[in-house]
Amino acid sequence: MSGTLTRGERRRLATLLSPAYLWLTVAIFLPLSAMLFFSFASEMPGGDTAWQLTLDNYREVFASPTYLILLRKSLILASTVTLICLAVGFPCALVLAKSIRGRSREALFLLVILPFWSNSLVRIFSWAIVLRGNGVLELGLEAVLPFDIRLNLMFTTGAVIIGLVHSYLPYVILTSYLALQAIDDKLIDAARSMGASPLTILRRLLIPLSASGLIAGAVLVFVPIVGSFMEPRILGGRVGTYYGTVIEDQFVAVYNWPLGAALSFVLLAVVLVILGLAAPALRRGAA
Amino acid sequence: MKLSLIAATALAFAAHAAAADEIRVLNWQGYGTDIGWSLEAFEAATGHKVVNEYFNSEQEMLTKLRTNPGAYDVVMINAAFTAQAMAEDLIAPIDTAAIPNFADITPNFAGDSKLVHDGQVYGVPWTWGLTSIAVNTGAYPDPPASLDTMWDPAHQGRVSIRDDAVEAVQFGALATGQDINDIQDLDAVRDKLASLMPQLRTFWGSENDWNQYMAAGEFDVATYWSGSAARSIAQGLPIAFVVPAEGAIGWLDSLSIPESSTRKEAAAQFIDWMIDPEFYVKWDLEGAPTSANAKAIEALPDTSFNKQVVADPDLLARVQFQAPLSDEDRETYLKLWQALKAAQ
Repeated sequence: MSGTLTRGERRRLATLLSPAYLWLTVAIFLPLSAMLFFSFASEMPGGDTAWQLTLDNYREVFASPTYLILLRKSLILASTVTLICLAVGFPCALVLAKSIRGRSREALFLLVILPFWSNSLVRIFSWAIVLRGNGVLELGLEAVLPFDIRLNLMFTTGAVIIGLVHSYLPYVILTSYLALQAIDDKLIDAARSMGASPLTILRRLLIPLSASGLIAGAVLVFVPIVGSFMEPRILGGRVGTYYGTVIEDQFVAVYNWPLGAALSFVLLAVVLVILGLAAPALRRGAA
Repeated sequence: MKLSLIAATALAFAAHAAAADEIRVLNWQGYGTDIGWSLEAFEAATGHKVVNEYFNSEQEMLTKLRTNPGAYDVVMINAAFTAQAMAEDLIAPIDTAAIPNFADITPNFAGDSKLVHDGQVYGVPWTWGLTSIAVNTGAYPDPPASLDTMWDPAHQGRVSIRDDAVEAVQFGALATGQDINDIQDLDAVRDKLASLMPQLRTFWGSENDWNQYMAAGEFDVATYWSGSAARSIAQGLPIAFVVPAEGAIGWLDSLSIPESSTRKEAAAQFIDWMIDPEFYVKWDLEGAPTSANAKAIEALPDTSFNKQVVADPDLLARVQFQAPLSDEDRETYLKLWQALKAAQ
């Protein structure tokens, strides 16, 4: 196929692509531009008070240590959850892709995807029932174990991490599974016949070849967790204040949309910088 | 013939629609305006159907009024916010002549400067109450005398306050012996609240939250509203409402009519219904805040929680009523509260 397109091909291409681009414009570009605009406004445009364009919102974000402390806290939370998701998700995907065949694989897959079918709020409240003092988990363990036990997991950072890992683990399993599935079994057989130990196969063959899936999963999990607010608020209690909950407060509790928008774009910038710094590693992994 | 019949039906339908409005009420959930039996009786008496919508914070209420003009006909506003809503032209002056029960409202409340501007009434005093503390009677056989009990290490991890900057700061002012409407030593409030943080189990957000945590035995003592306490006690929760030596924060809730409402007459009828003694006496059985209508309080049985609260002048002397708050102070309190939460 040559580089230049005929007029007919071009028209067909435009017809095929226009719905996607139209959707992107309407659903993502327009609202995001409106928010970017709000982040530079001194008051909420459209209200009765006069407003002008200003950098004050961004100045406020960087002037107060509160937001930077919370941003750091959110980044640490996102890294922790991402690492746990990878550590738990990759072995699951490996077993699913390479060891299990037929009906049982389908059944296990269903179990992985099942959480996606329920509302995330319902999932979090279920965790609250499980984790709280005298809750399902404590009663269950008490029934099995001979000694007295008091977990008190609810309203701790641990509870937030458990809730987030549960919500985001399927992404890592699915992306890793797809990447592992693409690896030819003959490669593994060949390695084994040359005397490679299982650990060597994992380290030199499986992880490098499925890196694209692992990285895609990590990005899919890391980015939304930095801005997560629902899980920390419900499961975190006193320690559940994060960058995302402060943004939510600005929008729904104190009606400071400009500051909320500025906080959101600072978050977006930070995430882009992190992804940019990781880009060389990501490219190497994906290649 | 056929045509005229259709026209007549249409006319009758239009007339019916004009007389029977659907009014939309904006309020906290489970707070008086959404009681099933009352709304049925109101619809039977006036033909107006009532639809409730809810907010979770005063700021959210103002946001909803600003962003949905025409969507609401009656809005419940804490009197400390009425001036702000009025200044933003969100609410209209109310024709009190259309509200017969208005004459029976306790004069102090009816003439409250937070609700009346230039002789015009912008909010009909509905209920009032206290923000103080409530204790789990299982953990406290005798009610505590002082707020200090929340800082008592014996109750560590079993204390809660609401996640609300203003309430938290004013509560800190009470605990440090200051005037909640004129806080002189904000650093003392900050230190006092900072030392409360490790005591907390979690923050509570709504009455429903509070009831669930209390019922699950998560809290020994938590800040609470008197009206909600009356309701929780009526539901059988083992709690006691306490006004400690340091006093309590008083609030006044009023019903207002949004400027953008197109059914102001029906709205006034509903407000009259809400302050009616007959409705209040029944509401009180389910746990209600204290009515601003003196006749309604008189009509209560002597054992009622609300009559006891009102009849205790000693207690009332310790109450500090919330005044309107300037935007600067609100901002300062919010920053203080956010910084305290972020440090956890």
